[in-house]
Amino acid sequence: MTGSFVGDLTIFVLALLVGFEVISKVPATLHTPLMSGANSIHGVVLVGVVLISAFVHGPLGYVLMFLAAAFAAANVVGGYVVTDRMLQMFKKRPAPAPKDDAK
Amino acid sequence: MSGVETGVRLASLAGAACFVLGLHLMNSPATARRGNQLSAGGMFVAIIAVIVLVSDGGTMNAARWLVLIAGTLVGSAAGLYSARKVAMTQMPQLVSLFNAVGGGAAALIAVTDYAHNSHTTRGIATATVLDVVIGCVTFSGSLIAAAKLQGYWSQPVSFRGGRLVSTVALGGAVGSGIWVIAGAHHLGALVIVAVAALGFGILMVLPIGGADMPVVISLLNAFTGTAVAMAGFVLENATLTIAGALVGASGGILTKLMADAMNRSVINIIAGGFGTGASGTDMGGPGAGGSVRSIAADDVALQLAYASKVIVVPGYGLAAAQAQHEVRELAALLEERGVEVSYAIHPVAGRMPGHMNVLLAEANVPYDQLKEMDEINPEFDRADVALVVGANDVTNPAARRPGNAVSGMPILDVDHAKSIIVIKRSMASGYAGIDNELYADPKTSMFFSDAKKGLATLVSATKTLVG
Repeated sequence: MTGSFVGDLTIFVLALLVGFEVISKVPATLHTPLMSGANSIHGVVLVGVVLISAFVHGPLGYVLMFLAAAFAAANVVGGYVVTDRMLQMFKKRPAPAPKDDAK
Repeated sequence: MSGVETGVRLASLAGAACFVLGLHLMNSPATARRGNQLSAGGMFVAIIAVIVLVSDGGTMNAARWLVLIAGTLVGSAAGLYSARKVAMTQMPQLVSLFNAVGGGAAALIAVTDYAHNSHTTRGIATATVLDVVIGCVTFSGSLIAAAKLQGYWSQPVSFRGGRLVSTVALGGAVGSGIWVIAGAHHLGALVIVAVAALGFGILMVLPIGGADMPVVISLLNAFTGTAVAMAGFVLENATLTIAGALVGASGGILTKLMADAMNRSVINIIAGGFGTGASGTDMGGPGAGGSVRSIAADDVALQLAYASKVIVVPGYGLAAAQAQHEVRELAALLEERGVEVSYAIHPVAGRMPGHMNVLLAEANVPYDQLKEMDEINPEFDRADVALVVGANDVTNPAARRPGNAVSGMPILDVDHAKSIIVIKRSMASGYAGIDNELYADPKTSMFFSDAKKGLATLVSATKTLVG
């Protein structure tokens, strides 16, 4: 095993611990947006698609890369948009009596 | 390391930092939206940085750019369309689909990398196999989960020999995977891994019941994160590894929370079937034998209107009937009369973690009225009326006693309220398949109706009686 593999493993484990620490503080109210937000973060796989695009060749390679790019882009764009849509619905109690219900 | 490469690495680091800070800002509804935008900004930076990197590398040609851009545009359009159009009740399906494509993309990356690079170390080969296995299981499993959630069929599907087939599929994936790791550089071997894992994913989710979906989605979310992290190992890219680990942690935490809230182990859910080991006979208790009082709409309206504190307990029935707007309307009427209204949200109300909160937020319920179980439970003692809408097992006091199917499950202390009104279509039992002792409580009145129609009736009754 190469040194860089162990380096990656180190980063992985530390990131996992940071994730546990940060995410355990998210209230249950926000668990759906949290999951959908985490969902968009794994859309970062698009970065990987760009990296493999630098060396693909042949019809099979192009097909695989096209599919991967489409999947990853749907993940990242859709994920952030829908999370934002959800989060903007979470509002504080309106200061006076709730008369602006129609909004 | 060239100047460009250093710059790109620093930008990727900034992107990863934005992901962590973005998740941190999710700790309050007030800052969560900013957190998501920060995370999206980090994503943008990370993607631009890697585009700069590959164009600087000099191996990109017109065909590669074209395919990359075409794929990205098609995917973005599909993602944008579904994100804009999806109804909040369908959120679990959409999250499942995004899990599927994320895991699928991670697996495709590993396959593509393997097909093009002949010299791989054993560490990278291991990551490749893990990426393909986890990514493919997530892909097919999430598609099945989405189809189930969409309601194509929600019953657990099991067939004779299903367990044998999935064991064979898993064995095939592991065996072929070991072959790849041992150094067989043969694309066919990795394809066997992929096909076997796809089959295993389908067979894993098919037998799981609709009520277990919150756990399944969370678990598949954790899988996707892990698959992406493995893709990071394959490509030796830290951004992927970090982001994947964050998602893996998030999915892992939610899986544990959901399984705990349902009083079941993850293994038990994946293995399928309810209540193994917990299905002992119920000892005593009023059960179905107790008498049940039903109540008319006008009486419910009066009780609610003259209460000073009402706690609404929404369950899956409310979400299924899409009655969140009606419940909000009723609450608004009561609040105008000075009644204090809050909502008691059990962790597994709805079909994914936190789903009920989103549905109520969509209906303009302010988030400070949405109370988590631990926060609301002491308040039931002071409540005049607890209005249970479409929730069943999570309110069953039998959970406090050992020896039945819900024993030990964390429940909402609805029976501590001064009076309890249950809106429910029939006396049918909940997912756990046992009678809810709450219904036989002398303080409980049953209002038999569909959640949406029942609440609408209550709204008009309240308006005419006390409006």
